Amino acid sequence: MSKIHVQCTINGEPTEFLCEARQSLLEVLREELGFTGTKEGCNDGNCGACSVTVDGVLVDSCLILAAEVQDKTVGTVEGLASAEGLHPLQQKFLEHASLQCGICTPGFLVASKALLDANPNPSQHEIRHWLAGNLCRCTGYDKIVRAVLDAAGTAE
Amino acid sequence: MTDHGETTRKGGEIRNFGTQTYKVVGTRPIRHDGTDKVTGRAVYGGDIRLPGMLYGQILRSPHAHARIQRIDTSRAEALPGVHAVVTAADLPDTTGGRIDLGEGHADTKYMRDNILAGDKVLYRGHAVAGVAAVSLHVAEEALALIDVDYELLEPVIDVETAMKDSAPLLHEGLTTTELNEDTGRKSNIAMHIRHEMGDVQQAFAGAAHVAEAEIRTATVHQGYIEPQNGTASWSEDGQLTIWTSTQGSFTAQKQLATILDIPVSKVRVIPQEIGGGFGGKIPVYVEPVAALLSRKTAHPVKIIMTRADVFESTGPTPGSYVRVKMATDASGKLVASEAHIALEAGAFPGAEIGAAAMCVFSCYDIPHAVVDGYDVVVNKPKSAPYRAPGATQVTWPVEKVMDDLARQLGKDPVAFRLDNAAAEGTRRVDGIVYPRIGGRECLEVARDSDHYQSELSGPYRGRGMAIGYWFNIGLKSAVTASVNADGTVHLVEGSTDIGGTRTSVAMQFAETLGLDAADIYPSVGDTSAIGYTDVTGGSRVTYATGWAAYEAAEDVKRQMIERAAILWESSADQVEYSDGVFKTRDGSKSADFKQLAQKLEDTGGPVVGRATVHPDTGVGGSFAVNIVDVEVDPDTGKVDILRFTVIQDAGKAIHPSYVEGQMQGGSVQGIGWALNEEYAYTEEGRMANSTFLDYRMPTSLDLPMIETIIVEVPNPGHPYGVRGVGEASIAPPPAAVAAAVENATGTQLNVLPLRPDRIINAMEDSIPAAAG
Repeated sequence: MSKIHVQCTINGEPTEFLCEARQSLLEVLREELGFTGTKEGCNDGNCGACSVTVDGVLVDSCLILAAEVQDKTVGTVEGLASAEGLHPLQQKFLEHASLQCGICTPGFLVASKALLDANPNPSQHEIRHWLAGNLCRCTGYDKIVRAVLDAAGTAE
Repeated sequence: MTDHGETTRKGGEIRNFGTQTYKVVGTRPIRHDGTDKVTGRAVYGGDIRLPGMLYGQILRSPHAHARIQRIDTSRAEALPGVHAVVTAADLPDTTGGRIDLGEGHADTKYMRDNILAGDKVLYRGHAVAGVAAVSLHVAEEALALIDVDYELLEPVIDVETAMKDSAPLLHEGLTTTELNEDTGRKSNIAMHIRHEMGDVQQAFAGAAHVAEAEIRTATVHQGYIEPQNGTASWSEDGQLTIWTSTQGSFTAQKQLATILDIPVSKVRVIPQEIGGGFGGKIPVYVEPVAALLSRKTAHPVKIIMTRADVFESTGPTPGSYVRVKMATDASGKLVASEAHIALEAGAFPGAEIGAAAMCVFSCYDIPHAVVDGYDVVVNKPKSAPYRAPGATQVTWPVEKVMDDLARQLGKDPVAFRLDNAAAEGTRRVDGIVYPRIGGRECLEVARDSDHYQSELSGPYRGRGMAIGYWFNIGLKSAVTASVNADGTVHLVEGSTDIGGTRTSVAMQFAETLGLDAADIYPSVGDTSAIGYTDVTGGSRVTYATGWAAYEAAEDVKRQMIERAAILWESSADQVEYSDGVFKTRDGSKSADFKQLAQKLEDTGGPVVGRATVHPDTGVGGSFAVNIVDVEVDPDTGKVDILRFTVIQDAGKAIHPSYVEGQMQGGSVQGIGWALNEEYAYTEEGRMANSTFLDYRMPTSLDLPMIETIIVEVPNPGHPYGVRGVGEASIAPPPAAVAAAVENATGTQLNVLPLRPDRIINAMEDSIPAAAG
């Protein structure tokens, strides 16, 4: 099967790769490019563990084809921290003990950042609504929601 | 809709009943592996990539019950890119036997048949063949080219039908073991156990109040977000290395050695980060298939399950049929109880019926009791432990009966439970006499809580409460501790870390040596790097591995004192250590831990502490109490959780945030079990909802904050008073939620999940009664 040449930007870095038409963005990120921070939980768009942003829009990377990100910018969990340190959301997730097993954490962080980019002061309800596409089986969500509230500075 | 307006009700409370205050234990440091897990660096089983690695896929049975007449793999093998295909014929054929899995046992023949089906498939999703190919997609294509001829057999998918004499039999060779004796009678009932004490019949005959319940619960899944995975590399010298996400690397090693019929020393299991387990990642599934494929291809092979595979072929928790009857005297003291518990083991025997029988009446002091338990095979995936396995199924019927008795007696539900709560010295029906336990304290704290004392009003709103129990286990753990030249310590433990136990174990080590939590660098060793350690299960890691860390710290302390004695030309008995400082008894010489650590090279070289523990007495059980307020939509039957409080006995909370996390996570799994989750089956025995969309686990939008109150009743059987906290919290939610829904709607419910249609039907049924 001939491969498709794709040029895009991942976490700020110009990137090119070859992929098959049938490969999802998730598969290419994980298996071809080594961005294994993006997790696979269901591969059918129902758990959010593979959440990334494409041109700033929150998507499940298992639901789009890798070939679709030509000329687009992709953001993964690996792009959240910088040389200056952790992103405030990452820090708050640690302080609030918002992760147990941690498999859903990259997806929640990417989704939470997309929320705060769109709505810097979300209410608890808005956070719960936005994050309803991300499943966590360990925490019961309490400490995740508290971390996002705290990171947004809207903790009551 | 669930009200998310109020974000900070009371929570995070700790109520102390005699525990000590410590320097590190009881604080909330950031977990040691935290940064790796929020940056995406942490390596989970699915992230493994090895040179030359092939991708494996597994062909699974589309039928619930069938005889395999023929498997033809030739077309698949001919597909370009396919390296090998394996079937049960590639598994060694050895006789059966039993191996200990730490939390439960397994029969080796059944284990092998579950890895790759022999002559029969026993559930939809049962593995039939494995393929290794150059890519996932090629492997997937190859699955479609494997030809299997099946002779269809009638399936049986519920426990009540499976127990009937007329039911189709799953296993020709299975006969019922009745009260420890093989009856020789062919049946789907693998085992019948009984616990009995006192004179139950006479006690019921003389009772003043009697209540009964008959409850059915659906098959539900642990629902971890990370699918099962395994990567195998079987080298030419016969060494098998496995990278996997497992709750027990040594348990996985033991299973692999047994299934593949090779010595344990030939199997090295390197545990990766694990994306949830809740009991479901104790059994191995794909690892032996990856191993066979690796041996056949001389390449490493990685297999990751799809989500449908996870639902259809890994351990759900048993569906159940339970009858409970209880009675009190005129004053409201429980005098008698009886339970009939039938659990679906799935395709092979081994439901956690023993645990269910231990837990059913565990919260109460009842002088006369009998429990009958049945382990029954059905055409569903082999069940696996799920958080307090067996306890949740039996907690609702008991608590429903307790509410009924409280109503008959005109008593408050919590007060009635307090009147009958088990306490130190109470003898349980299975013979255990309780040491110090915290059930009564949990009920008292619940009674006095802000939530229970608050008013709840409004139409179709109701409150429920319930108490549940899990006994916890001890088992074996090993820890080693290497003192670094800068005074920090590298701690290696054998327990895989699902939820922050590196930190709770390291904190106990730090506390014992007077160091800071941040001075300890904990890691999880593979099976070649640390002594045998049992599974991460049974709420045992913070308890038993924490105890091993305490002992290893004592070992380090002893060795460091000897080094100080060498340095100061004194003797060990003249050196003491407290608050992080070594000093001679005459006070002339002193050095803190870091200063002495710098001198190790001059005083004999490295200091490595070590400890193994196997606590079999002193394991403290844990009680959890829920209070829940719900509102039911009278038009749709949908239930909203308005407020939820969980109160649990932690012994001593080592890291309170992670104790709360266990309480909250278990509660929400229990809420899902109560309201949403079930395996929906077609008449042919096929699971009809094997996606997260259709198997509806709770989302953040479905829930309020989960309020917690940690109750600290120290466990005298542990150096820091720890009780395991991982499991008890899942037992009471279905009972509490059901009671709240019944109170909100004036109905009686008896089947889980409490689906909207069931609630609407119950409300319609109750209208004439309410009108009358």
